[in-house]
Amino acid sequence: MKDRNHLAKVSTTHEVNIIEDGLIDIPMLQILKPDGSLHENATAPELDEATAVKIHDTMEYIRVLDERMIAAQRQGRISFYLASTGEEAAAVGSAAALSEHDMIMSQYREQGALAYRGYTTSQFMNQMFSNKEDPNKGRQMPIHYGDKPLNFMTISSPLGTQIPQASGYAYGQKMAGNEAITICYFGEGAASEGDFHAGLNMAAVLHCPVIFFCRNNGYAISTPADEQFAGDGIASRGLGYGVKTIRVDGNDPLAVYAATKRAREIALEESCPVLIEAMTYRLAAHSTSDDPTGYRSREEEDKWRAKDPIQRMAKWLEKKGWYDEAANTKLIEKSRADVLAALKKSEKIDVNPIEDIVEDVYDDVPWHLKEQLDNLKSHIKQYPKAYPKTAGRVK
Amino acid sequence: MAKMNLLQAINNALITVMEQDERVMVFGEDVGHFGGVFRATSHLQEKFGRARCFNTPLTEQGIIGFANGLASQGSVPVAEIQFGDYIFPAFDQIVNETAKFRYRSGGQFDVGTLTIRTPYGGGIAGGLYHSQSPEAFFAHAPGIKIVVPRNPYQAKGLLLASIRDKNPVLFLEPKRLYRASVSDVPEEDYELPLGKADVVQEGSDITLLGWGAQIEILQKAADMAHEDGVSCEIIDLRSILPWDAQTVAESVMKTGRLLINHEAPQTGGFASEIAATIQDKCFLYLESPIARVCGLDTPYPLSHEKEYMPDQFKTYEAIKRTLHY
Repeated sequence: MKDRNHLAKVSTTHEVNIIEDGLIDIPMLQILKPDGSLHENATAPELDEATAVKIHDTMEYIRVLDERMIAAQRQGRISFYLASTGEEAAAVGSAAALSEHDMIMSQYREQGALAYRGYTTSQFMNQMFSNKEDPNKGRQMPIHYGDKPLNFMTISSPLGTQIPQASGYAYGQKMAGNEAITICYFGEGAASEGDFHAGLNMAAVLHCPVIFFCRNNGYAISTPADEQFAGDGIASRGLGYGVKTIRVDGNDPLAVYAATKRAREIALEESCPVLIEAMTYRLAAHSTSDDPTGYRSREEEDKWRAKDPIQRMAKWLEKKGWYDEAANTKLIEKSRADVLAALKKSEKIDVNPIEDIVEDVYDDVPWHLKEQLDNLKSHIKQYPKAYPKTAGRVK
Repeated sequence: MAKMNLLQAINNALITVMEQDERVMVFGEDVGHFGGVFRATSHLQEKFGRARCFNTPLTEQGIIGFANGLASQGSVPVAEIQFGDYIFPAFDQIVNETAKFRYRSGGQFDVGTLTIRTPYGGGIAGGLYHSQSPEAFFAHAPGIKIVVPRNPYQAKGLLLASIRDKNPVLFLEPKRLYRASVSDVPEEDYELPLGKADVVQEGSDITLLGWGAQIEILQKAADMAHEDGVSCEIIDLRSILPWDAQTVAESVMKTGRLLINHEAPQTGGFASEIAATIQDKCFLYLESPIARVCGLDTPYPLSHEKEYMPDQFKTYEAIKRTLHY
């Protein structure tokens, strides 16, 4: 049995010396200025034209999708929506730095990562209209996407639960010998949950190849970050758990991409977790059920509108000669038309037949669920007008 | 066949499945080199390496969160929670994640390979926090299975079936029997069915239903009643969720009487669910009200442990009351 010494890294002092906050400076990586030029001494990550344009176009697409779906919610066509306006670079810039084999475990504001992976407008719509074309079978509220072929884990509402799960998933990838990692997204509010601490600690101790990507967007619904924690953001906690950590400007697509690219290399080569804290701002309301005018000023929002990640990326592309204003206008118009067309199509597609209600609780339907389904079907047949979505199809 | 106690049977089951399937990983607090505080995982790290049998930090929500992720990836996690009393930090991960993983994703993702092992129950002078029987909390979470063995033979067969089942299983081990109960256990691989009750003793006057360590209590009470000329049928439910109502109902239709015994507090205990279902299925066959012999609706008391327990004497008295209703 080997001797352990938990004092091995401990130095000594002979004065009563209470350590104060702020002794370690965790700077924020910035590469791209709002005008599209690079910061002094900053180097742009290696990005080919196709990837750079895809990052920009995906952000632009998500902006359109968010606007249209908020409108659809206001028209009463869907029950709920959650926009990522202003934060597009965090999800899209990081997703672009991954391999398609990497697992994405997201919170709920990372539609940009999903779109970057290739999720189609129809797929978005089928999920939001909870119809039978949704591979998640329409069982969850809008925006709880999930797609196995794209390695995008189905989202669950409870906050932070995906964090220790990502550690476990990554451990499994390592044990299986996969050349892949897991990325786990969450907000600075979710980082107050116990699962955050459990997940980071386990990943560090058990050497899991996982990227913890925190979108510090300043608000958890109405609670501002300074009422959420007193320490130096979320990044300082990574250091406490022995997790390699970097803080980036979340509205800077190049910085997000460069940090994630490096984090992925480290996670895979060294078999360890990396924490990224992306400093951004939730320009959108928390969700369609929220109204930010009750807790923050227009002036505060305007300061962040000026840091718009999409414009920043467009200006850089322009300097590289990779941007065409007319083509971009066309892209936006086409995205709007596509969303509207897909929306109209998806809202007409039926929900699953009633038999589906007892499927997937277990791998097989057990006796008591069969009994409950039989009773339910008899009841629906008796009161068909009360259950119009399924009554016509009850066998 | 070999003589094994319940811990040895569990250890033997884990060795059996780890030898066969390299995706199986066993972890939890102190389960690594030390082999667990009860030694259920003894020598697994030596045999299978640190990557497959390891200690975790002291975080139950982390252990089950990690296990959920690992299972969704396709590995076969067997996670240990050191005491059933400490499973509650993981309640959210089990109820909102483990139980709903398959349903919420339309079957795209699942954690069907997950097994959670935890010791439960009293009778070991464990007081409030080393004695609880939490099965009823989890019986309210569609999507998981709950399994409880009553002896070493059952423990090995049911644990192997639980690990290989395509659904997440909460495997509750009666810790009072860990070293107390010794029986013949086959050294080879075998499984016992989940969701299927076991008629331990046939009888004609009353059905006694329980699970885990309480089967021993039911047997003692049945022996006492036998002296009075009462013939008891004893059923070990074995699976709490989904549970085998058919076997219980068939027995009650024969005997006309049912007594349910569990250690957990009476109010909201699983006996309530059984009683409601059986009165629905067997109403016209019942000769007397369904009796419950359970723990009191108090926290688990240390100094009054004997008084708290639904023991053979309380059970015997309830048998008499039921017969003379």
